[in-house]
Amino acid sequence: MPDNFAQDSVGLVTPQTFHFDEPLILACGRTLQSYDLIVETYGELNPQKTNAVLICHALSGHHHAAGFHHADDKKPGWWDAYIGPGKPLDTNKFFIVSLNNLGGCHGSTGPTSIDPDSGKPYGANFPNLRVRDWVHSQARLMERFGIKQWAAVVGGSLGGMQAMRWSLEYPDRVRHCVVIASAMKLTAQNIAFNETARRAIMTDHNYNDGDYLQHQTLPQEGLSIARMIGHITYLSDDGMGQKFGRELRSGSFAQGIEEPVEFQIQSYLRYQGENFSKSFDANTYILMTRALDYFDLAREYNDDAAQAFRQAQSKFLVISFTSDWRFAPERSREIINALMKADRDVVYAEIESPYGHDAFLVPQQVRYWDLLTTYMQKIEVSC
Amino acid sequence: MRIDHLMVEQWIQQNSRVLDLGCGDGTLLSHLQANKNVHGYGLDINAENIVRCVENGVNVIEQNIEEGLYNFDDQSFDTVIMSQTLQTMHNPDKVLEEMLRVGKQCIVTFPNFGHWKARFHLALNGRMPVSDILPYEWYNTPNIHFCTFRDFEVLCEALKLKVLNREVIATQSSGAFLRSVWPNLFGETALYRVTK
Repeated sequence: MPDNFAQDSVGLVTPQTFHFDEPLILACGRTLQSYDLIVETYGELNPQKTNAVLICHALSGHHHAAGFHHADDKKPGWWDAYIGPGKPLDTNKFFIVSLNNLGGCHGSTGPTSIDPDSGKPYGANFPNLRVRDWVHSQARLMERFGIKQWAAVVGGSLGGMQAMRWSLEYPDRVRHCVVIASAMKLTAQNIAFNETARRAIMTDHNYNDGDYLQHQTLPQEGLSIARMIGHITYLSDDGMGQKFGRELRSGSFAQGIEEPVEFQIQSYLRYQGENFSKSFDANTYILMTRALDYFDLAREYNDDAAQAFRQAQSKFLVISFTSDWRFAPERSREIINALMKADRDVVYAEIESPYGHDAFLVPQQVRYWDLLTTYMQKIEVSC
Repeated sequence: MRIDHLMVEQWIQQNSRVLDLGCGDGTLLSHLQANKNVHGYGLDINAENIVRCVENGVNVIEQNIEEGLYNFDDQSFDTVIMSQTLQTMHNPDKVLEEMLRVGKQCIVTFPNFGHWKARFHLALNGRMPVSDILPYEWYNTPNIHFCTFRDFEVLCEALKLKVLNREVIATQSSGAFLRSVWPNLFGETALYRVTK
């Protein structure tokens, strides 16, 4: 590892692609005959293979959670603040597995991949996925590593939904389930935001019913607006106020000046939207938001979350953030109430934070750091 | 092990379900898990306490008990404990009622404000008592609803609660005889086991 990385960085990492030929029957009834999963790992798998931790990514995440792909990368992986030697997800202790989920657009099989049946990109014809499909594909990845049981499955937001589903689908394969800023199902308001984002994409004239790759167009305007809508909901009113206020980027309110003003928040949102629309696939965005909408932990357990969690054998850490209104603390309290009713072991904390839903990604939050560190350090890996 | 925790432990059934309100660093629950094999949850609102609970290997939920126990079903715990916390509550009577709705039995411990030192302090100095066990000044104390043994028993009567056991603790061993005769004068800490 080059010396120029910080001591608590995992340094340079190289993704690996795993190919799977065993067909995967999906919740929607369709089958993926074969697929690829792109994966990064950090730390060393111990000889007994008992120190593995699975990281499940959220809506726009991917396999690159920590470290750098190139020595001159400007930014590390999306959860680098919390993964590395001496960090809460300590790579001196754990072997951490992070993948790009099926349906993603960063190297795993998804809407931009070639459909072997047609020889063209799947586009909008890529099957609708549910959280459980990801869990089943992650279970196959686990087998590929020869891991029998995760020390922990960890995820924020949509990642937390995967962690919870893991505890129900494969109870004996998860020792700890860490659910951060998540929910057992989305509220109507939450679905409404997702639908607005999807409509922004689908009404872009470059969307071409989802087959934009074949038409050699990209619905970048739509995807950019979708991301802007999402971004607003991931921040809190106060947090946004503190960061941007009514500061102007250009123009002036002085009398006699006709030049239009631009607020900082406008240019920030546009920049975020444009950047995102260049690096993310619109069909993946639609697919991921639908998976969020369709998730309902207790649906098949008579809508009784306690009954659902009685399947689980793992212990739980549930964390919410006070200013998160997209996945509000109340949603996390529903999780812990069901867990207590089901007599499961659980720790719950509500972290004071101005960063809204994004808080689970934001570095240097002392209380969040301490709690996650302490919990992860308590996990036994020598069993 | 703390003597009040030892006494609480005597009143806990093996393998029972326990809720500890204001569980602090989880020491009591951790003892009860080890010695009585209970399955328990602690509630607390202090960030530092929550991390200590994780270190001590006990389940802890960040929840403000002043807002009620609305998320717990009737009679869903064998025992609900409140150790040295009742006197910090805004509505001790309502909290006690909630405890008895959720728990089949409740254990409450609190500092006795009727202890002779407290009485003397107030009588002689004309100021609110400050001592080893009550080290706060009146303006910064978390203890806003002090009561004596007798006061607590009056509350139990008003709420129609049955007192199953009562114990008092004094730190000075010479007080053993005196506290058995005049518990309200010589007992420093009160422990009650009550039911409906």
